[in-house]
Amino acid sequence: MTILELRDVHRVHGVGESAVRALRGVTLTVGMGELVAVMGPSGSGKSTLLGLAGGLDRPDSGEVAVEGTVLGKCGRRALAALRRRHIGYVFQDLNLLASLTAAENVALPLELDGVGVREARRLALAALSEVELDGYAERFPDEMSGGQRQRVAIARALIGSRRLLLADEPTGALDSLAGEAVLRVLRSAVDRGAAAVLVTHDARHAAWADRVVFLRDGVIVDTSGPLGSPDVLLTGAP
Amino acid sequence: MSVKHSLLAFLERGPMHGYQLRAAFEQAVGDTWPLNIGQVYTTLSRLERDDLVRALPDNDAGQRPYEITDAGRAELAKWFATPVGRNDRPRDELAVKLSLALTTPGVDVRAVVQTQRGATMRALQEYTRLKRGGTAPGDLAWLLVLDAMIFQAEAEVRWLDHCEASLARYAAAAPLPAAESHREVTT
Repeated sequence: MTILELRDVHRVHGVGESAVRALRGVTLTVGMGELVAVMGPSGSGKSTLLGLAGGLDRPDSGEVAVEGTVLGKCGRRALAALRRRHIGYVFQDLNLLASLTAAENVALPLELDGVGVREARRLALAALSEVELDGYAERFPDEMSGGQRQRVAIARALIGSRRLLLADEPTGALDSLAGEAVLRVLRSAVDRGAAAVLVTHDARHAAWADRVVFLRDGVIVDTSGPLGSPDVLLTGAP
Repeated sequence: MSVKHSLLAFLERGPMHGYQLRAAFEQAVGDTWPLNIGQVYTTLSRLERDDLVRALPDNDAGQRPYEITDAGRAELAKWFATPVGRNDRPRDELAVKLSLALTTPGVDVRAVVQTQRGATMRALQEYTRLKRGGTAPGDLAWLLVLDAMIFQAEAEVRWLDHCEASLARYAAAAPLPAAESHREVTT
């Protein structure tokens, strides 16, 4: 089942001589249970792609659809509701509200959407358990490590009916082991049925994805998927 | 990596016979370095000749265990204390290939870079997939070997990205050498 679809998307920032063609005819599909990493140098269009996928920005031409709904055909209120119910974001930092506990942060999108406090808390505790943070529900963000905070952000990004997780350098501020723990949790969430787009500079982190898309100057220049057999890599056998 | 020193390291744990040594080697490095039993016995003979190990009486199953000697322990300690030299590693064929691609007429260097990056990225994905499978504390030695390959592959991808960016910058400032050579050949 397709969760996210970009069809021949173009996006230009600015006008006239200063115009920058951030994306030029990008087509990308992400299915349920699929983690797609987007790599590319600064200015290649990675963040523009993520903004369009999340409905935070609109393409100049082409279409973006989330779970079958074309974002360009939604009014402002419908788009806001779609973002709240179907899309979660994880950024490099500043993901959580400092004055709320982990459980309250995770429950917040549900409560904003009208779910009762008790039910929202029940779902939040289950989501925290899935990111291996049982026992951290009552901690405030400043009482947790950077890696734990990112795992809370992942729990919140996929709470309720949200199935699309958009992550922009979520491991950027973490050391290698904490970053790996975040990716392990992200990978597990996707394996349980979510879909995710991970923007990263780091090939080691991109390697957790099913597909790696390379962007250069707003164009997808390369896509790599896994090999058939790891034995070939390990032994060097033909 | 030295098979000789690996066997000394395993024997430091206690006496072992050939098949036990091979099993220990496989446990340490996974499938990254297939070692046949013939190599184990050949290496053991050399170690015995050099007084680094000594053979013990055969067990009931007819297997001959070996134990490490004091000279073997000293050799092992020296090995652990000595860094692996850059010159002991194989030459980097990829660097040579890219260098040749740049100076050979008619070669699309960007395509060479992209083809290699795709292959290295796929390798990185597979190493990572293998790593996801092993989380038990006993897997640590194997996981660290996998990590070594992961970090090396990551470094290669970063270097290829750097090559691609350098090519783009160089091409914007001046024609590539390959293009110049190509003109010379064809005119």
